[in-house]
Amino acid sequence: MYAAAFDYVRASSWSEAVAQLAELGEDAHVIAGGQSLVPMMMLHFAAPSALIDIGGVDERTIELRDDGTLVLSALVRHADLEHSDVVAERVPMLTQAVRQIGNVRVRHRGTIGGSLAHGEPAAELPCVLIAHGASVHTLGPEGARTIAVNDLPVMQLMTALHEGELITRVEIPTLTDGQGSCFIEMARRPGDFAMVNAAALVTCDDSGTCTAVRLVLGAVGNRPVDVSPEAQELVGHTIDDANSEAVAGAIAAGAEVIPSSHAGIEYRREMAGVQLARALRGASEDARRRRSGEAVTV
Amino acid sequence: MTATRGHLISISINGRPTEFAVEPNLSLLELLRTDGGSPEVKLGCGEGVCGTCTVLLDGEPVNACLVWAVQADGCEITTVRGLAAEGELHDLQNAFLDHAGSQCGFCTPGMLLTVKWYLDRHPAADREELRHAIAGNLCRCTGYTKILDAIEAYRDLRLKDGDGH
Repeated sequence: MYAAAFDYVRASSWSEAVAQLAELGEDAHVIAGGQSLVPMMMLHFAAPSALIDIGGVDERTIELRDDGTLVLSALVRHADLEHSDVVAERVPMLTQAVRQIGNVRVRHRGTIGGSLAHGEPAAELPCVLIAHGASVHTLGPEGARTIAVNDLPVMQLMTALHEGELITRVEIPTLTDGQGSCFIEMARRPGDFAMVNAAALVTCDDSGTCTAVRLVLGAVGNRPVDVSPEAQELVGHTIDDANSEAVAGAIAAGAEVIPSSHAGIEYRREMAGVQLARALRGASEDARRRRSGEAVTV
Repeated sequence: MTATRGHLISISINGRPTEFAVEPNLSLLELLRTDGGSPEVKLGCGEGVCGTCTVLLDGEPVNACLVWAVQADGCEITTVRGLAAEGELHDLQNAFLDHAGSQCGFCTPGMLLTVKWYLDRHPAADREELRHAIAGNLCRCTGYTKILDAIEAYRDLRLKDGDGH
C-alpha cells in the first residue's frame, strides 16, 4: 500500500508547528502518533500535501497538580496512561478505557491529543474525559484558548478546532472523596471499534445514597453525548438494578443511533441501555469500595 | 524552513546502523523489507489491524506499516532476527516449535516480538493477560490455543531459570 506523496517537516515547538501549518496551507496536516491518520492515508481517505511531525515538540508529561487536576501533555501516549499509577489511582476510567484502544502497537504510538483531534465517535477517551469535566488547551493562529472536551466533538471526524489549531494539553479534574467510576466498552472483538461506550462517575454519601451523577454515552451516535441531565433522578437514591435500568433504558430509547456495520440500530439501542445501566451500577459499587477502604482493582 | 521530499535518515536495524535516503511516503515496513534487508518483517493488512509487521522501535512494539520511515530517523529497530544470534533459535522460538505454535508461520515474527516485549515487562503474566497482549496479532491457522501453550511454556522456563531469555 502506498500513500500519495507528501512533504515532511519536523516541528521543534508547538508555536513552530502552528506557524508551519499556516505556511504550508490548508492541505497540510500535523502528525503525532499517526495511528488514525496513517491508515487513512494508506487507504487514500486522506492525502495531505505535507505532514508536520509534532512528535518531538513536548515531553510526554503526566502531572498531578496540588488542586487535584491531572495535567497531560497532548503527546501522552495511550501506553503511558495504561502504565501510569497516578492515572489508575486518580482517573481509573482512563486506565480502563485505554486498555481497550486498538492493540499494544497502536497504544504505543497513539496520543491523547491526536485521538481527541481526530473526532472518531467510537473513541473511548472523550467519554471518560467528558464524564470527568475535562478540558483541552489549544494553540492556533489566534493564540491559546481552553475548550471543554464536551464542546470538542461535532460529528464524525469533525471537531470544534479551528483551522490550524492544535491541542497542546489536557486537564482532568480527578476523583474526589465519595466518588466512584466505571467505563464499559462493548465491541465485537478486542481492539475493534466500539458498538457502545458508557462512562459513569457517581458521588455517594456515607450511606451509599447517590448525591451526584455524570453519565456519558458514546459510539452509538455522531459524537459522544453527555446524558447526565437525564440521569439526575438517581440523585437521592441508592443506585440499584431497577433504577439504573429505568434511567438507562429511557436514555437509550431517546438516543441518536447511527447505522453501523457492526450491529443494527435496534440492537445497539438496546445494548446502550444495558451498558449504561452496568456503568451506573459499576460506578456505585466502585464508590462503595473506596468509601469502605476495600481494595480497588482498576 | 524548507520542505524537501528526499530525506537522509539513519536507522539501526538489529544493532546495525544504516543510512537511507527515503521519500516521506515510504513506510518503515517497506523500507525494512527492501533497502533495509529485513524481509522477515511481514506485510499483512498494511493498515494496522493484523500485527503481522510488528517490530520493536526503541524497544516498544509498533506496527511498521503505520510509521513513516522518516519518523524512525535515529531510532533502533529490532526485528525477529534480532531475538537470537545468527543461526540460533531463541527459547521463545523453540517453545513455538515444541508446541506447534506456528503453522504457516506468517504471523509468527510479529507474535514473537509482541510476546517477548510483553513478558519482559510482565514476567508472571497469566493466560488471560497473555491473550489480551496478543489480541491484535491475528493468526488464521492455529486458533491461538497452541500459541498460548507455547507462550506459557516459555514464560514458565523464564520464571524457573530466573534470567532474561
